[in-house]
Amino acid sequence: MGVIDNSQNQAASASFEADIEISDIEHPLREAARMFVRNKAAVAGLILLLGILVLTLVMPFFYTIDPFDLVWAPLSPPGTENAPFGTDYLGRDILAGIVHGGGATLAVGASAAFLAVIIGLSVGSLAGYYGGWVDEVLMRITEFFQVLPTLLFAMVIVALFRPSIATVAIAIGVVSWTAVARLARSEFLRIRSLDYIKAARSISSSDRRIIWFVILPNAMPSLVVQATLAVGGAILFEAGLSFLGLADPNVMSWGFMIGSSRDYLMDAWWTVTIPGIFIFLTVLAVSLIGDGLNDATNPKLRER
Amino acid sequence: MANFAIIAVKRIINAAVLILAVVILNFLLIHIAPGDIVDTIAGEMGGITPEIIAEIRAEYGLDKPLYEQLALYVLKILQGDLGHSFFYDIPVATLIWDALPQTLLLVITALSLALVIGTIFGVIAARRPNSAFSHFITVLALVGFSAPVFWTGLMFLIAFASFIPVFPPAGMATPGLEPGSIDYYLDVLHHMVLPVVTLALIYLAFYSRLSRASMLDVLGSDYVRTARAKGLSERVVVYKHALRNALIPIVTIAGLQFAQILSGAVLVEAVFTWPGLGTLALEAILRRDGPTILGILFFSAAVVVVFNLLTDLTYNLIDPRVRLGSKE
Amino acid sequence: MADPLLEIEDLRVEFDTRDGVATVIDGLDISLYSGEILGIVGESGCGKTMTALSIMRLVPVPPGRIAKGTICLQGEDLLQVSEKRMREVRGNAISMIFQEPMTSLNPVFSVGDQIVETILLHEGCSKHEAWRRAVEMLDAVGIAVPEVRAHEYPHQMSGGMRQRVMIAMALACEPRLLIADEPTTALDVTVQAQIFDLLKDLQDKTGAAIVLITHDMGAISEMAQRVVVMYAGRKVEEGPVDEILTNPRHPYTSGLIGCVPHLNADLSGERLPLTEIPGVVPPLTKLGQGCPFAPRCVKALEKCRLEMPPQSVVGEGHRVSCWLIENNGP
Repeated sequence: MGVIDNSQNQAASASFEADIEISDIEHPLREAARMFVRNKAAVAGLILLLGILVLTLVMPFFYTIDPFDLVWAPLSPPGTENAPFGTDYLGRDILAGIVHGGGATLAVGASAAFLAVIIGLSVGSLAGYYGGWVDEVLMRITEFFQVLPTLLFAMVIVALFRPSIATVAIAIGVVSWTAVARLARSEFLRIRSLDYIKAARSISSSDRRIIWFVILPNAMPSLVVQATLAVGGAILFEAGLSFLGLADPNVMSWGFMIGSSRDYLMDAWWTVTIPGIFIFLTVLAVSLIGDGLNDATNPKLRER
Repeated sequence: MANFAIIAVKRIINAAVLILAVVILNFLLIHIAPGDIVDTIAGEMGGITPEIIAEIRAEYGLDKPLYEQLALYVLKILQGDLGHSFFYDIPVATLIWDALPQTLLLVITALSLALVIGTIFGVIAARRPNSAFSHFITVLALVGFSAPVFWTGLMFLIAFASFIPVFPPAGMATPGLEPGSIDYYLDVLHHMVLPVVTLALIYLAFYSRLSRASMLDVLGSDYVRTARAKGLSERVVVYKHALRNALIPIVTIAGLQFAQILSGAVLVEAVFTWPGLGTLALEAILRRDGPTILGILFFSAAVVVVFNLLTDLTYNLIDPRVRLGSKE
Repeated sequence: MADPLLEIEDLRVEFDTRDGVATVIDGLDISLYSGEILGIVGESGCGKTMTALSIMRLVPVPPGRIAKGTICLQGEDLLQVSEKRMREVRGNAISMIFQEPMTSLNPVFSVGDQIVETILLHEGCSKHEAWRRAVEMLDAVGIAVPEVRAHEYPHQMSGGMRQRVMIAMALACEPRLLIADEPTTALDVTVQAQIFDLLKDLQDKTGAAIVLITHDMGAISEMAQRVVVMYAGRKVEEGPVDEILTNPRHPYTSGLIGCVPHLNADLSGERLPLTEIPGVVPPLTKLGQGCPFAPRCVKALEKCRLEMPPQSVVGEGHRVSCWLIENNGP
């Protein structure tokens, strides 16, 4: 190879103006929001959830019949006067149960999920960030909670301490945090080893700063998705406990409605079907939103 | 193989420690409960005097220091003594032993069905990623997860035991049949259908989705591209090269889900009045039968630990990367 | 010259993307002769790999499609034959090795099994015979104790060794053409040299033609006899390697060559700065009618942005697509 004369190229490119289009870089949050909105199922979920929130948080002020009141003849089918959704075996208004019972279900679901996320995030992030024996110990603890059959353990906790909304929420939270912990740990492990963390360390950022301001924001998308799914799971869990009769008997909830009417299902299908539909719709809405968030923030799922 | 042996030993020790931890937890729960055993017994007995109370305490070893009690408890468990039921007045271990087969029948059938059908669904969907079938699986997964399992069971009951009475509404067998006879087995099978389908549905939804994701992931991998470049037919590429790799995460996760399956079983048994561990646990809780509840808790946790251990070891055995040690 | 072994004519490949239809290859003509080593060089995304996949007809059909053109293997148009016939060709008449040896082998089968599989598929001999040949191939690619290593799994081997296995597998059925897509990019420099030597050696012995796809001009100068330079899916220059390296006629080609640091340059003498080619490859959905390199070309004329230049012959086997040649430019 001879000497290649680059001088001409050099001179030319020095004065060369690159009028090249560089595509606009979009803020990741905007991009995620845009993708979410494009997802019809996710938007449907959002609308559905809003509808249910209105039903359970706003309607009780308008439809004030007490769900424990005896309103009409027992086991009246939907469409009866005074009881649009019918009545149960005691004569209680099903619609009132739906309207007033939703709040408990949602409250327990949300707070249990919140608790699970707090515990799981703390355990998982510390394990993932510090590694070593901290990781070992925390993982053993996580594993321990993982092998306990969740429903049984929650049942035991609720049975030991008087069943109330609070105990139920705590029991569910205590039993469900392991999934969040595992996710948080794997996210922290993954992000910790990325180059910009090494860069942050090299300018002597403290551990706390790195965890809070660098890693956590990056782990947010996966965590938010997981938290959303946790809410769905917690709602189902609460419904299960109420169905079995282990929740607060003074609070009306959808699960409780199904459980108490269980023996009458052959003759009065509406008493179990209707509350179940609402549980289903709520969890469905939350799942759709969670899936939508997942698709919106997970780059792997985007097309070429 | 030595590599495997080392892993196996480590895992077994780990499992043993876990079980021990569960035992300790059980022990703590017994002592945390507001109002303890003595109060319950005393309450049922009626005429109590301090001497009697002291007697009961001695009998249950409650007068000894805590760590001694713990040691005794551990010893008892190791011997298979899980306590004595307050309600039935027979050893808890016996109760569990009697109820276990029914639960196993339900759970194993449902799980196997869900795994096999779910995997097949997933493979089909992965081969045609934008087809109606693939969307069907997404919908199935969503519905399967969102509908409370006990509600689905009740819906099935209404549909198939009430509106169209094809299946019996409750229980495991019709009374009066000779256990062991063909008629008996057929009858059990008949009773089994609805609960098994209910339980399997949730897992079917989950596994279909998992299988599809795993398959899609594998089908996009480099070695599948190599297989195609060698001129292999699509069938061979999918079923020989891709499936074996796709199954690894499916089987692993399936194994780890066992704890949740037991939870589902409790609810399904409650709905269908199926005489298994779930029903036993529920009754025990409603009757405040402490020893039974805790015995079941320990037993199921132990089962989960053992099951996880087995899955873990199996996984290590089938994936050559782990079995032989990796250069990566 | 004898008839070409492989002749690509006017190939056009398109992909459906979120932003429209991307034309990843357009108007591509390449002739490949028996026993020669042809290099295809260009930046990432210029269509080199897609050309290889088109030859093998492994372009993922949705979202991609081969819109136009013919690819004739000794007269047989591979774009028209049945899928069954194509499977007979793959791994047999035409083989391909890929860039990532770490992940290109199936982790759950032994390397011997994977080679045997392709032999059994195409040669129809006994399993015993196939195994014997597999071991032979492993030996030919320089793997020590081949009869033992054949039973090993891919993860038990280093990257360089895995690539050798890939080569063994590709050559097992004595193909007439071997396509090597960036075979050494993922390997250490020392291993790179070994792999290139191996390829040259095997090519001598088997007489197969090799298409070497790379972005590394240095590799081209080592291995290839002829080279095709691609940009944004189009061929911009082709010719004998020595000719191209000393006398590049397309601005992009000179730019590429200028990017290679000169390890042998005289350090005491004048230091030659590395040129850069300003800008980035345009999105393939927004290519106009003109020369795709025009926006980045220092010497671009008005005509360059409006119309795609035709191929001109500027030397023995040396062709360029550039308006500057037409106008008797540099």
